[in-house]
Parts: sequence; C-alpha cells; structure tokens
Amino acid sequence: MSVNYALSNNRKVQHNNVKLKTEGVNLFYGTFQALRNITLGIPQRAITAVIGPSGCGKSSFLRLFNRMNDLIAGARVEGHVTIDGVSICEKDIDVVELRKRVGMVFQKPNPFPMSVFENVAFGPRRHGRNNHRELEGIAERSLRHAALWDEVKDKLEQSALALSGGQQQRLCIARVLAVEPEVILMDEPCSALDPVATLKIEDLMRSLAEDYTIVIVTHNMQQAARVSDMAAFLMMEEDRAGVLVEYGPTSQLFTNPRDKRTEDYITGRFG
Amino acid sequence: MATQTMLSRQFSQRTAFGLLILATAIVVVPVLFIIFYIIANGAGAISWEFLTQPPSQAGKAGGIFPAIVGTFYLILGALLFSLPIGVLAGIYLTEYARDNWLTRLINMAILNLAGVPSIVYGLFGLGVFVLALHFGMSLLAASLTLACQALAMTITTSREAILAVPREYREGSLAVGATKWQTIRHLVLPQAMPGIITGAVLAMSRAAGETAPILVVGAAFLVPGLPQSPFDQFMALPYHLYTAAAHVPGMPRTTIWGVALVLLVVVLSFNFLATIIRLRVRQRSFSS
Repeated sequence: MSVNYALSNNRKVQHNNVKLKTEGVNLFYGTFQALRNITLGIPQRAITAVIGPSGCGKSSFLRLFNRMNDLIAGARVEGHVTIDGVSICEKDIDVVELRKRVGMVFQKPNPFPMSVFENVAFGPRRHGRNNHRELEGIAERSLRHAALWDEVKDKLEQSALALSGGQQQRLCIARVLAVEPEVILMDEPCSALDPVATLKIEDLMRSLAEDYTIVIVTHNMQQAARVSDMAAFLMMEEDRAGVLVEYGPTSQLFTNPRDKRTEDYITGRFG
Repeated sequence: MATQTMLSRQFSQRTAFGLLILATAIVVVPVLFIIFYIIANGAGAISWEFLTQPPSQAGKAGGIFPAIVGTFYLILGALLFSLPIGVLAGIYLTEYARDNWLTRLINMAILNLAGVPSIVYGLFGLGVFVLALHFGMSLLAASLTLACQALAMTITTSREAILAVPREYREGSLAVGATKWQTIRHLVLPQAMPGIITGAVLAMSRAAGETAPILVVGAAFLVPGLPQSPFDQFMALPYHLYTAAAHVPGMPRTTIWGVALVLLVVVLSFNFLATIIRLRVRQRSFSS
C-alpha cells in the first residue's frame, strides 16, 4: 500500500545557511533519556517539520531551542545546541533574551485572559515598550502579519477568549511576532483546530517562512508534506529514548525514504 | 425477573436521594434555627443608640459602639499584616521554592498552623508581642496575634489560587521572553487575585469572631472612649459578648443577644464582601 502525499512546491533550501543546529544532543529527565545523539542543522528562512510517533521526543526536541526544558525539574542536556553558531546550552546564557529571539506557539491556543490588544502588547511591554502609540503600531503590524487584523481590528479591546480556536492560535502567533523573533517553534499548532482553521495556519506559515525560521512538530504527516521544506523523522528505541532516523528535504523523505522505518511510518504501517 | 431488578434499582435510587436530602437538611436546619433564634432574641436590643453610644452601667445600658469600632480596627490591623506576608510567602512557596523535604515540611507546618487552638496563638502573642516586644496589652499586639493566626489560611488560599493559574499561561509568557517575575506579576497574580482576596477576607471574618486570642493580649470589657493609638487597649465584639454573658450579673438577656446579633452581622458581611469582590474581579478580568 502506498500513500500519496500532496507535496508543496518547496523552494530550494540554502543548506549553507544553517540557523539552528544540534550536535550529539542527549536529553535526560532525571534518569530517563528522552533524546539520544541527535545531530541536525535547521536551515534559515524555511520550514522544518519534525514527525514521529507519540512519545518519541518531538516536543522535547523543539524545546531545546528556547530552553523550555529548563522548566522541568531534573532536565539535563548533553551535547551542543547552537543558534547562528553560538551555543545556547551554557548555564549563564540569558534565556530571556534567547526566548525573545526564539518564539514558541503551543499545541493548545493559549491566549491570555486579557484583551486582544493586550495579548499582542504583552511581550513588547515586558521588554520595556510602554508608549501606547508605539504599541498600537506593533499590534497592528503583528496582527496583519499573522493574517488576523481584518478579523479583529474592530474588537481589539474585547477579550481574546471570545475568539474562535483558529483566531486564538493566530493571535498567539501574532503575540510571538510582536517581539520580533528570528525563529518560531510550533508544537503541533493545529492539533486543536478544525480543517479550515488548520489550512489558514498553514498558509500563514508559508508566508512567515519568507522572514522567519520555522520548526514545526506535527502528528499530521499530510501537514508536514504540505508545508515543510525539510523533514526530520524521530523514533523511539527500546528504552523509549528518541533517535533521529532520517532527515532530509521533505519531498525526498516522503517519496523516496532511505530508511525502511521511515517508509513504514509514512505509509501508515505503524505509529 | 427484569422488572424486579428495575424495581430494586428504582428503590435504591430513591433511598440514596432521600439520604442525601436528609443529610443536607441536618446541616442547614440548625444553621437557620440559630440565625433565627439570635435575630428573634436580639432584634429588640438593636437601636440607633445601641449601635452608636458607648456602654454605661457596666454595659447593662448604653450601646456597644466602641466594641464595633474596636473589632474593625482589629481586623484592619490583622489584614494589613497578614495579607502582604501571606501573598508573598504563597508566591515564594509555589513559584520559587524547590520541591524538597524542607519545602514539604514548611507546607505541612503551615497546614497544621491552621489547626493550632486559638488560645495558643493568644499565649504566643502575649509572650512575643505584649512582653518581649513591649507592645503591652494593646490593639497592635492583638492585631499581630490575629494576623499570625490568619496567616495559615492566607498562605494556603494564596498558594491554591496561584497554583490554579494554568501552566499554559506561564509558558506563553515565558515563551515571549518575559522573566519569571514579570510572568508572576503581570499574568499569574492578576489571575489569582480573586482567590487570594476571598481567602484573606474569609480569614478576617474568622478573626473577627475570635475571643480567646485577644482575651490575653489587650481586649478589655470597658474602655473609656475609642482607642487613640495602636498601643491602647480596646473593646471588641466577641470579648464583649463573652464577658457580658458570663461575668456581669443582672445583664439584660436582650442586650446579650443584641451583641451576638451585631457580631453575626459583622462576620456575615465579611463573607458577603468576599463574594462581591470575587465576582467583580472575575468580571473585570474577563471583559478587559
């Protein structure tokens, strides 16, 4: 049985422009090893998808790049994680500055219980922008960039919780854009959304990839095939540690996988 | 056979409902009865003079104005000390303290603190505030004593309110580069505020009714005039009620019930206030 994936007309990825890189990364939660020996380079201004079965460490991998694993007690990273060639694993790195450069969108839309405007202004305010006119400009620019402006421009002062799920997720993207990041990490951003809202987010991702480096974790292989330029396939070994099985241009990984396990997974034989 | 099972199921369902309603009635009826009894017996004592005049003839005549004011001062003082410390400690314990044996010990100690008999707090206040710190028998010493007692509840409710703020909010805030303190200050605390304030006000309503702790640190049955400074002795409703009922021969029964009624209204109005604040803050945070 073979599955046909609708592949996007992926642009040629400039492999020499590596934005994010992991080298021999091992991630531990206490004594449990979540990732083993992961080495890969993520190209600039492109979409890289991370796929694999549940529990293979996709989210943990994503959270390496904004040090979100720090929030979990007992988390420990070995190896190198770099952004623009600069290591971000050191203890004394400014994680606040890092997270400003590397934004994140979560699985469940998590708008704050405030107005639409305050949601977008939240990040800039925390970074010391308090001029209301300036914040308005940032909010409009970010909301336009997130393809949400036309839908919310008349209800900026209303609660963000009143928006639909898809709008909430685009608001969360706008909230990230407002702090002018370089990288956007997306952790299954569409898993709580209906197909129409999902397509809107995917369109948005394609347009954002012009300016930003995007890494997306997804359960949905059609989605990975549709939006991504590069794809990484992660899998668990017997001790449940995630390993990188295959990494390459999306078109190649989905039509001509080199590894038998990748082929089995994308043709639906397991997972 | 099938019908029989149906019948017995119906029967056990009715029995269960009956028991649940009975249990509820056992709880509610005495409360209503007590309230009704106090109103019926005490309403006759309530007058403008009773609420606004100082007592005369050893409390047998006149009013209880100084006791009402004293109770409010006491609560205000206790709130002033217990709310900031309680909230800050709650933040530290939930957000910053590492989860180790020491933290767990502290949390357990705080929970147990709520169960310490109130007279023990009174003796603690006597030893520390009245004697060691030389505050004397005073409003200040009594406020601090009640604050200590209220702390257990304020910290516990603050912790619960802070923990109830979803992790998604914190992650969303940290992910745009907010610091941990900014996340707490601008996202977690505003969300937790209704819960924190409710807890603090309820703790105050309990403190308003306490007799034992203030008995030994500065409450007096009769004080000429209102307290002029935090170092003055003071009158308070629960202590006034206790003395009037137990130690003044020939005290008119209506007056005793009248004091009880006023105390009840003060305490219940705190609970009512807590509900109002919670509703208003919740509305604001959702509509803003």
